[in-house]
Amino acid sequence: MLQYIAKRLLGLVPTLLLVGILVFLLVHLLPGDPARLAAGPDATPETVQLVRKDLGLDLPLPQQFVRFVGGALTGDFGRSIRTKRPVATEIGERFAPTFWLTVWAMAWSVTVGMGIGILSAVWRNRWPDRLGMTLAVSGISFPAFALGMVLMQAFAVQLNWLPTVGADSWRHYVLPSLTLGAAVAAIMARFTRSSFVDILQEDFIRTARAKGLSEPVVVAKHGLRNALIPVVTMMGLQFGFLLGGSIVVEVVFNWPGMGRLLVDAVDMRDYPVIQALVLLFSLEFILINLVVDVLYGLINPTIRYR
Amino acid sequence: MPDAAPDTNGAAGGAAESVRTPWSEFWRKFRRQHVALAAGGFVLILVVLAILAPYIAPFDAENYFDYDTLNSPPSARHWFGVDPLGRDIFSRLLMGARISLTAGFVSVAVGAVAGTLLGLVAGYYEGWWDRAIMRLCDVLFAFPGILLAIAIVAILGSGMANVIIAVSIFSIPTFARLVRGNTLSLKHMTYVESARSIGASDWTIVARHVFPGTISAVVVYFSMRIGTSIITAASLSFLGMGAQPPTPEWGAMLNEARSEMMTAPHVALFPAIAIFLTVLAFNLLGDGLRDALDPKIEQR
Repeated sequence: MLQYIAKRLLGLVPTLLLVGILVFLLVHLLPGDPARLAAGPDATPETVQLVRKDLGLDLPLPQQFVRFVGGALTGDFGRSIRTKRPVATEIGERFAPTFWLTVWAMAWSVTVGMGIGILSAVWRNRWPDRLGMTLAVSGISFPAFALGMVLMQAFAVQLNWLPTVGADSWRHYVLPSLTLGAAVAAIMARFTRSSFVDILQEDFIRTARAKGLSEPVVVAKHGLRNALIPVVTMMGLQFGFLLGGSIVVEVVFNWPGMGRLLVDAVDMRDYPVIQALVLLFSLEFILINLVVDVLYGLINPTIRYR
Repeated sequence: MPDAAPDTNGAAGGAAESVRTPWSEFWRKFRRQHVALAAGGFVLILVVLAILAPYIAPFDAENYFDYDTLNSPPSARHWFGVDPLGRDIFSRLLMGARISLTAGFVSVAVGAVAGTLLGLVAGYYEGWWDRAIMRLCDVLFAFPGILLAIAIVAILGSGMANVIIAVSIFSIPTFARLVRGNTLSLKHMTYVESARSIGASDWTIVARHVFPGTISAVVVYFSMRIGTSIITAASLSFLGMGAQPPTPEWGAMLNEARSEMMTAPHVALFPAIAIFLTVLAFNLLGDGLRDALDPKIEQR
């Protein structure tokens, strides 16, 4: 198992390196001169030159890249152009709200999605299945920003049950995490259903039934574990969807997280913040996929020995 | 749909009508998917409406302002009501359909063509090509969800054309992986081996024998992906990175409607319904195509 994890970790190195290079090049691909952007609109050419030297933008590209990686490893991403504060501080304040938002969204959407998927598969082509799958296909078709606006209008504005914006108490988390998780719950429901339907046709399920096991035992013990294998992989992919989706949801709910920070940064061309956030989002996604791979190895012993 | 498939039922009756082509086989199964047929019809109507939009829209979508009926709810004159600036929402939605359908279709088409080519090359040649292309896909996949599109728009600048480029790039890796997987299994089929043994060139084998086998998977995914792409493009406009006001793009319209949610919720309602129904139709169509094209389904 340890060997398997080590192999996975090593496999990440080239991807991480390429992602790092792309994020590093982002600054040089952006239209306009980053030194002029950092110096401000009314800076003299001399000041711009000084800023360029200060930021290390006058060095050859490979040397700049080494500086960038060194900084990234020690958490130093330079200073935000907009607020002049260190990027690490800016992001540090925004990390927890986004992290908890995605965790809560993932938790409810996976539980509910898998529940609907299993019920649909067990009662295939009957009304629980039809209802579940109608909900699911609607869920993947409704854009998160529209759902967020609808939920906010209904539960915060009209009924006044929950707060509209901010992230201070658990009640603030309800609407954004519902909005963010809806599409994932729908995808999980559809995927779990099809995976379960396949498994329920297998010979070993027939054997389990034939030897007189009760239906709940057949479904929970023989079906679930086997059906989970593809579902867990799907879960990892969906985490990426959540991380990306949080950007949109945070704007709708004015959430003090990294997503809104990113949108503001793109708006203001605050490239050190864009760089750090894109890197962080990707890193988080890559690490989550690593965890999923390890989980996969735990559920499915055959994969460890490949 | 490998073209080796037509199995003539000559023994049964010998009549010419019993010849089953892949196309008739597909149509026989697809016809039974009533929901998907309805969704397909809806998509067709939408496309026609989008093409005719400039001629049938009752008002100018961007330059007509009815100052007497600001924020007024739906009426006989303004079917979907009027927005805070006095523009007719129905006309704006019609014109917006052109933008959303174009964005969805063009970006997925570009992604599908590029992804299919890359997938065919990676799967057929394997080795160095395969490693390089799959590594590229891994890197593109490492940017979760809409983030890749946002990063590309950050580089190219905002605007609908750049959004389409961003969403196209975002679609490439999924198609590449899908087609590569199919190609890997197809190229070991006996009919591909026999083509190779009679001296067919790589190009002939890929174009005539491998590519047709990947089409059904690509078609299904194409239809599903249009829904995702329409949502992605609308999301970018919603974030202010895509179409800019006063362009009647659906996501941008929702963003403009946000400040008026208290006084005029109908301004947000209709664009939201438009996006939902359009994406729903593409998803249902995709589900139906999958059920009709996937040989595994029939056994159930």
